[in-house]
Amino acid sequence: MSHKTENGLTIEPERYELTSLPLSHPIPLRRLGINRRQFFKRLGGGVAVFLVLRSGEAFSQQQPAQRRGAWREPLPQNLGAWLHIAESGAVTVYTGKAEMGQNIRTSLSQAVAEELHAALDSIRLVMADTELTPFDLGTFGSRTTPTMGLQLRRVASVARDMLIALAGKQWGVNPKALEAVNGEVRDPATGRIVKYGDLARGQELAKAIVEADPLTPPSQWTVAGKSVLKINGVEFVTGAHRFSPDIKRPGMLYAKLLRPPSFGAEFSFVDVRDAQAEPGVTVIAGNDFVSVAAPTEQAAMRALQKVRAQWKTTPQISSRDLFRYLKENAATESGHDASFARTLQSIQSSLDAADHRLDQTYTVAYIAHAPLETRAAVAEWENGKITVWTGTQRPFAVRDEVAQALDLPKESVRVIVPDTGGAFGGKHTGEAAVEAARLARAAGRPVKLVWTREEEFTWAYFRPAGVIEIRSGARKDGKLTAWEFHNYNSGAAGIRTPYEVSTERIEFHPCQAPLRQGSYRCLAATANHFARESNMDDLARLVGLDPLEFRRRNLENQRLLAVLEASARSFGWSDRKRSPGRGFGLACGTEKGGYVATCAEVQADRSSGAVKVVRVVTAFDCGAIVNPEGLKNQIQGATMMGLGGALFEAIEFENGRILNNRFSRYRLPRFSDMPRIEVALVDRKDQPSAGAGEAPIMCVAPAIRNAILDATGIRLFSLPMVPHGLKA
Amino acid sequence: MATEIELDINGKRRAIHTEPDTTLLSALRDQLDLTGTKYGCGEGQCAACTVLMDGSPRRSCLTRATTAAGKKIVTIEGVAQNGRLHPVQQAFLEEQAFQCGYCTPGMILTALALLKSNPDPSDDEIAQFMEGNICRCGTYPRIVAAIHRAARMMRSSAHES
Repeated sequence: MSHKTENGLTIEPERYELTSLPLSHPIPLRRLGINRRQFFKRLGGGVAVFLVLRSGEAFSQQQPAQRRGAWREPLPQNLGAWLHIAESGAVTVYTGKAEMGQNIRTSLSQAVAEELHAALDSIRLVMADTELTPFDLGTFGSRTTPTMGLQLRRVASVARDMLIALAGKQWGVNPKALEAVNGEVRDPATGRIVKYGDLARGQELAKAIVEADPLTPPSQWTVAGKSVLKINGVEFVTGAHRFSPDIKRPGMLYAKLLRPPSFGAEFSFVDVRDAQAEPGVTVIAGNDFVSVAAPTEQAAMRALQKVRAQWKTTPQISSRDLFRYLKENAATESGHDASFARTLQSIQSSLDAADHRLDQTYTVAYIAHAPLETRAAVAEWENGKITVWTGTQRPFAVRDEVAQALDLPKESVRVIVPDTGGAFGGKHTGEAAVEAARLARAAGRPVKLVWTREEEFTWAYFRPAGVIEIRSGARKDGKLTAWEFHNYNSGAAGIRTPYEVSTERIEFHPCQAPLRQGSYRCLAATANHFARESNMDDLARLVGLDPLEFRRRNLENQRLLAVLEASARSFGWSDRKRSPGRGFGLACGTEKGGYVATCAEVQADRSSGAVKVVRVVTAFDCGAIVNPEGLKNQIQGATMMGLGGALFEAIEFENGRILNNRFSRYRLPRFSDMPRIEVALVDRKDQPSAGAGEAPIMCVAPAIRNAILDATGIRLFSLPMVPHGLKA
Repeated sequence: MATEIELDINGKRRAIHTEPDTTLLSALRDQLDLTGTKYGCGEGQCAACTVLMDGSPRRSCLTRATTAAGKKIVTIEGVAQNGRLHPVQQAFLEEQAFQCGYCTPGMILTALALLKSNPDPSDDEIAQFMEGNICRCGTYPRIVAAIHRAARMMRSSAHES
């Protein structure tokens, strides 16, 4: 029944074969580097299921079993997740994913409950702990639901079948005649019932499975697919939850850093002796920083004030030169990532032949993630090992960063991610973790470092700014015939047009960037949709078609068309009534497995320049919906966040300094900015579940832009659109 | 330089060491381990650090610990009574009025103060009163709904008693 892989490894059978198998079937756990005896010694007896990723390479690179510890050493990289059912019936699930407000602790628990046929509150997730949980690349790209959700469903369903088989063995009946319901196995013929915990008692049963085909079809879901409240919500409304900056360790010191006055500055002179002379103070100096740890935050600040330093600075680019700088510092032709260059044929002839043509340039400013929890870490050095609690989307990468910075083997670093106060793509890195870890080792005591808001605004990274150029052409009948799209620096996500067009050229041009930049919720899809959907509206006007009709004529993607129609219907697009200053816009697109269409209504006053977004309706299809209310929450939140970047958020910088590095200078969306937000969910139970935290943000800006155009006749080409109001 | 003072926190007398630059936020978090009160900006712009001082919302990041002496301070840890959630907490849970939950303590305390002065606020009144509180996850519509729900719960329980 078992299969040999190309590597000669024995792979467990697929789950549908399991109930017919004897439970003594060999388990190649050793090949995964898992010591079963020590595993159960650590966790207690019970039933465990490990999910092995379908990666032959990872398989073949496994170390010999004896080099792997049971627990204290890094786990093999080809494990996706695992689950343990204890003798008490408690279910513990281990995943490397991190919770930072996307609500995956809840939705993943639902997925497990669904397949395990167990109560939601019997399930506990251990997340994002490099010592306890399987390796994970990181929590980003809306991958949790489509990958981890599926993996957890698989381990849960195998665990359920193992429990059914155990009951069958105990009662001497065919497991196929038994059913699992709400944490128990039942025999319908006799009415006998046995709890999962009782089945797990005295067992040390472990099974490894490979990724395989899907499971309970969404149409038959009973726990997943329904709204449930945030699973640990009480901890948040009572203040009991400990975010990274809330962690306290015995004898803990508080850290502060002296940082460069501008980007690229280094010390020409530094003297830390007076700081070092302060009682209980530990000081570390580098080329461009001094960090101190002291018994209180105030003492740390006083010590920093005793550092004498002079800096040498180098001239830096300022925001007023940003877009010119990007264009001038674009990679040369040979440096392009060829995978983004599609159909590299000249489109000039198609443009020349078009009845209507546009040649437009769009710009996108740098913006900040501004998670309310700034970067923070608590580090503890003990017996040559360092443990760091920190809010990050990539715990394993941060473990590696810390190991490298401290010149330690990875095995000596443990990163634990408490549920985190927002990230939005902005916490892929481990700066605070490294800074706290260095001090903790030097001081020999635990150290807490919480970045100030100014530090977060300055020394984290930004959503990339960009320049987008579009040349487009359409026929009189509204058929798109030519499409040339160049994105400079902001990114390639969502760069491909979903519209049917015979001639197209789409390119992303990486640039030398003046500021440190990185991921942001939905990456460049917001910028690319802003440019594309703005251009589409302007084309529709040239052709003389309603924006909705113009899109219909150029779309064949049925799922996208369906959300476009759903949002228009929900919004009342065909019945919209313009009045002075009141306008309506729409935009659509597909990204990260999700299909989005957004309609917006704005009130714009040309004389005062005030723009108020009155109403936003977003239709979203992300396949089979796992937690409808959680999903709505994400879409509403994405709408609010998207509104900030659309209207007023922008980082201003001058010669290496961020000018608006605090909330009093960097405007974030607030209560008064809130439009009426409506959500139309398109539940596709026939489609796999896609992630949903990102895509709903990307059509907010273009829908608002097109509504402002409708209201005022003003075409806007820059994000943010109206940081200082509408200028006629 | 350091002096010891007593504060009335959540109905209990608590002793703290203060220096002239000790903020109430740092005293609560670092000395009393009441970490439900959050740092967000240090300039009173986000209200994650909100506590109630004699019933009024106060930015603890801008408040010197010494000025809290003699006042009744309520932090998020003191909102639930005898393990029973306050209606505002219950309403935030039921409306799922948070994502990451970092702003939630400040939101709940500000909402408590609002409902004390205005038991039946309109949408606009809520937005106006809560304008100083930032939720970067953007759950504003749910917070408004939660405050309405809490107001209903509090009115009906006041009616019953």
